Parts: sequence; structure tokens; C-alpha cells
Amino acid sequence: MSDRTLPENVTDTPEMTIHKPRVTSRRFRPSGSAVVMALYLLFLMLPIYWLINMSLKTNNEILGAFSLWPRNLTFENYATIMTDASWYMGYVNSMIYVVMNTAISLAVALPAAYAFSRYSFMGDKHLFFWLLTNRMAPPAVFALPFFQLYSSIGLFDTHIAVALAHCLFNVPLAVWILEGFMRGVPKEIDETAYIDGYSFPAFFIKIFTPLISSGIGVAAFFCFMFSWVELLLSRTLTSVDAKPIAATMTRTVGAAGVDWGVLAAAGVLTIVPGAVVIYFVRNYIAKGFALGRV
Amino acid sequence: MNKTVNQKAWFLILPVLLLVAFSAVIPLMTVVNYSVQDTFGNNQFFWAGLDWFDDMLHSDRMWNALGRQLMFSAIILAIEVPLGIFVALNMPKKGFWSSFCLVFMSLPLLIPWNVVGTIWQIFGRVDIGLLGYALDALGIDYNYTQNTFDAWVTVIVMDVWHWTSLVALLGYAGLRSIPDAYYQAAKIDQASRWAVFRYIELPKMAGVLMIAILLRFMDSFMIYTEPFVLTGGGPGNATTFLSIDLVKMALGQFDLGPAAAFSLMYFLVIMAISWVFYTVMTTLDKRDGK
Repeated sequence: MSDRTLPENVTDTPEMTIHKPRVTSRRFRPSGSAVVMALYLLFLMLPIYWLINMSLKTNNEILGAFSLWPRNLTFENYATIMTDASWYMGYVNSMIYVVMNTAISLAVALPAAYAFSRYSFMGDKHLFFWLLTNRMAPPAVFALPFFQLYSSIGLFDTHIAVALAHCLFNVPLAVWILEGFMRGVPKEIDETAYIDGYSFPAFFIKIFTPLISSGIGVAAFFCFMFSWVELLLSRTLTSVDAKPIAATMTRTVGAAGVDWGVLAAAGVLTIVPGAVVIYFVRNYIAKGFALGRV
Repeated sequence: MNKTVNQKAWFLILPVLLLVAFSAVIPLMTVVNYSVQDTFGNNQFFWAGLDWFDDMLHSDRMWNALGRQLMFSAIILAIEVPLGIFVALNMPKKGFWSSFCLVFMSLPLLIPWNVVGTIWQIFGRVDIGLLGYALDALGIDYNYTQNTFDAWVTVIVMDVWHWTSLVALLGYAGLRSIPDAYYQAAKIDQASRWAVFRYIELPKMAGVLMIAILLRFMDSFMIYTEPFVLTGGGPGNATTFLSIDLVKMALGQFDLGPAAAFSLMYFLVIMAISWVFYTVMTTLDKRDGK
């Protein structure tokens, strides 16, 4: 609890005093800021609205007449996806490897981030940058070697293969974020705990982890996000059993042309998990995007 | 925070080291291996030295892709960073509308990249897309699959749509950390809005903006999925960026040697530029006394 209130207070109190007058004046006439934000959000939402709009139309309506909203509302496209195993298994596969990846990334990143934030040791700075270079590595460079590596050890087309491959960019990111959050926890807490007779694992699990819980949440959010949105590696490493939804979507191009309605419905369904996750972390998003460095 | 010297900290790093070594060093070594060998098939390889590197350095194809890539990254940084700052300055600071903006602005970031491509592919089509239809109705000849300029504009607008929020959210985080006293002092001095921005807000945002620029540079430099879905690299080679070209070469034509040499140089370019950003960033961090 203390970690939540402490940083919040530090940044929040000043805002209340300075921005309150501005907010009240906005109630009477729309300020320039509100107009800017409205336009920006409109720009962001229009393409998404269009996708939702198309997912609720039949193909005939999409190709036949141009309309800003569905005239004959239909949920057929969603029904197609929900009833066809080759479709909905795509979502299941994606969720499985994303969750696996998040768990693995956090498990290995937590101790490493602690070491980076608390101790200096031989080669620490170089090691930190080397980790970051992996975040910079273009997935295109790794696609083929990954394919060969995982094929040779019999992991091709399994969820764990994709989860491990995504660790390439998620682990460095998780270390980076967690290190930022851990730096904000005073070292005296560690020292007091050791004096009180806590062993390192006991201290880490019982005292330290709760203190940086928001950081862990943010790191998990980012691991989820980058694993969920990535396509190149997950497509290269799977064929049938672990095929992600993003790759399944290419199926809609059939002999009779593109099945736009189903494609749009599948797209809308891929947005849903992200939207749910965002809702839960909305209060930490801003700090999280700054990787805990604010 | 002053850190204690402790060489045993290496043990805490060990899991990360093993995992990243497995998923980065081994594949990277495979790439190095290919880049210095040639094959006539049948898995028989022989030493080719630095020939592939020499080939790639003299290949117009690579230089053209690199040129397009640099232009793309420069354009999107030039648009997204100022726009992101501008949006951040206009975001509501507290209450319901602040959360509202945060949630909706993050939404594009959480959409799988090929779906981003699909969304814009549909949105820009003249027959069924809102954007294409509207432009067509206005009498603008717009076709992103045929016209190079239209394809570029669409790819750039798509990227701005997709990633400006990241810059804005980072900037917003930086703005929230500015103590009230700074603004009060500025008010007493009767500083102009511009002066407040230039001397208070911008320096305070510098740290997070460097992260934003670093992330945006890295990600735009290895962009693959979105333009691939939207334009497939076309028309012609107009939007074939480095990653698209590389995947074409490695997985499409299976030219492993040149592709591997290409990969390594590509990686080195990213690393070199990112290192510059990273150094600037850590220097800024230190200057702020964190």
C-alpha cells in the first residue's frame, strides 16, 4: 500500500493546486486543449470504428453499398469465428504463449533487475547495454536462425518455442522497466530487513516484491503487449498446433476473394484482450511507458 | 543511489544471461556462420570469407532499401515527436478524462501489428474504406497500391496513428513529474507560455523523450509487419524497407549467405545509432541526479 500512496502523493499534490482553476474554467467554454484531444482521439478511433462497422456487415453489404453504419446488423462473422476450431484455437494459442512468455520473462528479469539496481559489479554497464541490444535486434534477422534452432531441438510448432523466442526482446525490456522501479525503493529497506534476520529469498518475496508490485504489473503489461502484437517470429515458428491468431487471419483470402467481414471480426477480437489489460493498468500506464524513470 | 560493489550479483543475473544467450547468441552465431560460407546445396558449405559482405556493400538493392529506411525513420520521428509532445501538453491532468484519454490513446499500441496493417488496408481502400472513399469523393486520385506517393503517405499516417500515443504518454509522464513550484515561479516572473514550455517543461521531459526517440527509432528501423500487410513492399519496391527486403531474401529466395551478411550489417547500424541515443540518455539521467 505504501508504495502506491507515496509516489502518487509526490506527483499529485502540486497538480491539484495549480490545475484546478483551469478545469473549472473549462466547464464554461471548451478550451483549446479539449479540442486538440477530441480531434486526436477522433483520428485514433476512426479506423477502429471502421473495422467494427465492417465486422457487423455481411460481405454483400460491404462490397455492395457504402454506408457509415451497418444497415443490416449481423453477428454472423463473429459466429463463424466462435464456432470454427481453426479460428478460435488461434486465440487460444496466442493466449497460451503470451502468458508463458510473460511468466518466464518476469521470473528471470526480477533477480537480474534487483542486481542491476542494487549492486555494481564487473561489467555491469556493458551487460546492461548488451541486454538492451537484444531489444534492438530486428526480428527479421532472427527469423531464420530461430526456425533452424527450434527445429533442431524438436520444439518447432510448440507454444514454448514462441514464448522463448519472444523472450529475446521481452526479457531486456522487463529488466529495464523493473530496474527503473526498483531504483525508487530506498536501499535502507533492504538493510533493515537483513538486520531483522531475513534471508535474501524471504526478503525478496515477502518484502521487496509487494513494494514494487506496480512495477511488476507494468512489466507484465509490456511483456504481454509485445508478445501479443508480434507476428513475424510467431508465424515463422509455428505451422498448425501453435498457430497464432495473427497468422490465422491470412486464411480469409480464399478463392472467392477476401472474406472482409470475417477478417474485420477477427481483427476486432484481437483488440479485445489488449483493451481489457489496458483498463486494469490504466493508472500506471503513464509511469510504465516512462519505464519507471519519472 | 550509491551502489555497493558485490561480484556475487552475477549469480542473480545468471538466469537472464543463460536465457538470452540461448535465444540471442546461438541464433546470432548461426547468422555469422552463414555470412562467411557459400553452398551448392546438399548441406555442403565452404568458406567464402568476406565475399558476401563485399557483395552486399556494393549492392544497389541494399543501399536503396537502407535509403528508404532512413527516410522513413526520419519522417516518422519528425512527425511523431513534435505531435506527441503537443498532445501530451494538451492532455487533461486529472480525473476521469485523464484516464479516458490514457485508455483510448493506448488502444492502438495493443493491436497486433498485422491487424494494424489490415485496419489501414481496409480503411484506405477506395471501394470499401472510409478514408479512400472520402478522398475519392473529394476528387483526389488516391490509390495506395498503385501510386508510390500515396503508398508512402498511407504507411506514414498509419505509423503516426499507431505510435504517436507512445511519445505522448511518455511526455505526459514527464510533465506530471514537474513540481508545482516551477509553474508558480514562472507565473510570478510572468513567463510566456512558450517560455514555460522551453525552459521548464521541455528540459523536464528531456529524459523520457530520449526514451521515446530511442524506442521509436529502434522500432521504426525494424518495421516489418505493418507495411508488409498494407502494401507488401510495393508498388514496385517503393515501400520495401530493410526488414521486408531481408525476409524476402532469406525466407523467400533462400539466399542465406547474402541475407546473413545483410542481417549483420543491419544489426550493426541499429546498434551504433541506438548506442548514441543510449549514451545521451544515461548522461541526461546522471545530470538529473538520479
